[in-house]
Amino acid sequence: MSPQFQLPFERPIFQLEDQLSQLESQSNPTPAILESIRTVRLELARMKREVFENLDAWDVVKVARHPERPQTLDYIELICDEFIELHGDRTFGDDRAIITGFAKLDDYKVMFIGQQKGRTLKERNECFYGCAHPEGYRKALLKMQMAAKYGLPIVCLIDTPGAYPGVGAEERGQAYTIAYNLREMARLPVPIISVVIGEGGSGGALGIGIGNTVSVLQFAYYSVISPEGCAGILWKHVKFADKAARALKFTGKDLLRFGIVDEVIPEPLGGAHRDHRAMATNLKATIVRQLRALLPLSGPELLEQRYQKFRKIGEFDEVVQAKISQETPTAEQTLVGHSK
Amino acid sequence: MSTGAPLDAITSNGQMRPKRGVPDGLWIQCESCKATVFRKQVEKNFHLCPECDHHFYVPTAERIAQLLDEDSFEEWFSELNPKDVLGFVDSRPYHERLKAEQKKTGMRDACTVGRGYMRGRPLVFATTDSAFIMGSMGSVVGEKLTRAVEKATELKLPLVIVSGSGGGARMHEGIVSLMQMGKVSAALARYHEAGGLFISVLTNPTMGGVAASFASLGDITIAEPKALIGFAGPRVVKATCKIELPDDFQTSEFLLKHGFVDRIVSRPQLKQELVRIIDYCSKSW
Repeated sequence: MSPQFQLPFERPIFQLEDQLSQLESQSNPTPAILESIRTVRLELARMKREVFENLDAWDVVKVARHPERPQTLDYIELICDEFIELHGDRTFGDDRAIITGFAKLDDYKVMFIGQQKGRTLKERNECFYGCAHPEGYRKALLKMQMAAKYGLPIVCLIDTPGAYPGVGAEERGQAYTIAYNLREMARLPVPIISVVIGEGGSGGALGIGIGNTVSVLQFAYYSVISPEGCAGILWKHVKFADKAARALKFTGKDLLRFGIVDEVIPEPLGGAHRDHRAMATNLKATIVRQLRALLPLSGPELLEQRYQKFRKIGEFDEVVQAKISQETPTAEQTLVGHSK
Repeated sequence: MSTGAPLDAITSNGQMRPKRGVPDGLWIQCESCKATVFRKQVEKNFHLCPECDHHFYVPTAERIAQLLDEDSFEEWFSELNPKDVLGFVDSRPYHERLKAEQKKTGMRDACTVGRGYMRGRPLVFATTDSAFIMGSMGSVVGEKLTRAVEKATELKLPLVIVSGSGGGARMHEGIVSLMQMGKVSAALARYHEAGGLFISVLTNPTMGGVAASFASLGDITIAEPKALIGFAGPRVVKATCKIELPDDFQTSEFLLKHGFVDRIVSRPQLKQELVRIIDYCSKSW
């Protein structure tokens, strides 16, 4: 079944699909019709490939946000043989934007952590469209620490526009909670596999993203700031979000080039939203392969590998250069020049 | 306050000429109480407003002079220079912006790290300076801080980081900036496990990715009065929640009330407070 929601650049694909279903609906197809069904099918495959090979960064954002794109709960249904959900952060509540629980992946028992944006309006309101509060990050860490206690590997699926920017979130220490997760995830002596399955929005994504391996799906993105946020600050208007998206270089190819991710997991033809099952199969195969590679490592080896993975990220020059001469600063610069 | 002289005086022949009067920069207006105060007096007074104790911005060199013993600071890794990883262009190319900021501040990037003494106690000291692209964290800031933390672990020294970063993770270096949060935090995890004492001092402003990484990870967290500290910018929060924000929202006092800051310390007392705390925790190694 083709998706309900249409992205602007998907129009030619939908037109061909309409054509195809019309042809196929004929009760007594003549050989001529069968022949045209065949050509339209071929054309459709070619069109999907052409459209999805040439997506720019802003188009990728749209695919990553596609309302029918598979989410954490879809993947849990499709790839886990068993899932026992665990709720609550023992301090404030149970954040629905991060789902946590025991899961079985083939023969492997893991702790499954995943951000959920919600599929229905009710679900979306419950989990704030995938924007977690501090209690969500606290819950995730609590379950991860428990997994570490019993030697269970951890799988984290990242899919969030960002951590929730609200009064309650600030009151309950959004910044502190994310910071604490970064530090404590660096200390868990079990394999951690992180995959960005949709949106990797800034600190909200990194808060469950300190993994031994970090991967992204082909049409996912992982960014320091949302394209809208960046456009609002640097271009002074959100309407330039497409420009910001291209400037931020946050899609798979660039993430590989900067050494941020280990692999880009291919999506089925036409994007994950067109074939949940095929996407889930690819994702599962990747996770299981990465698990197999990490499981033989000892705790200290895992910690060292994870440390070095993040330690080496960063680009700078390190040469002795001429000293920078400072202009005589005006009073404005030294005293009040850059108040908020 | 303006940098150029206003053209509001008319000479006898009817032409505009720059207004004479107070030389530029001698007087400044306090952002908080709006009093016009003598600049020298503010500078002598720890960059505090003599009328209302408003904490003005302090440049890195003066911060070091205020907190560390005279001439005791030995700067480390000063040769690190930022790079335009993404080829980022907004209103101007990032590499040009870097040059302009370097010229304006005399620093290579927003962060300064090194070893110094505080009333004779050796420690590793780092600051981020909000004058340089809002003190935001890109590769250089992340790398310098990570190295400083690693050095502190190796030398078994206390660590004091004074944060002044309104920008969080630096957008111009994209995802590489975001990963610096993970990198510094991982280094702090090792320092923490080794038993090191980390005192984080939050100054106006400490926001976004900086607040959500090293700045929040102190064993002790101290804030200067009325500093802006938080995760999301107040404008974003207002746009999301569509409610009036509390008056003290995201200030040091707000964080103290909600349990995320140990103490609010005024700048003239900061050095002696830090020394006292270090003395309490001196047996940690």
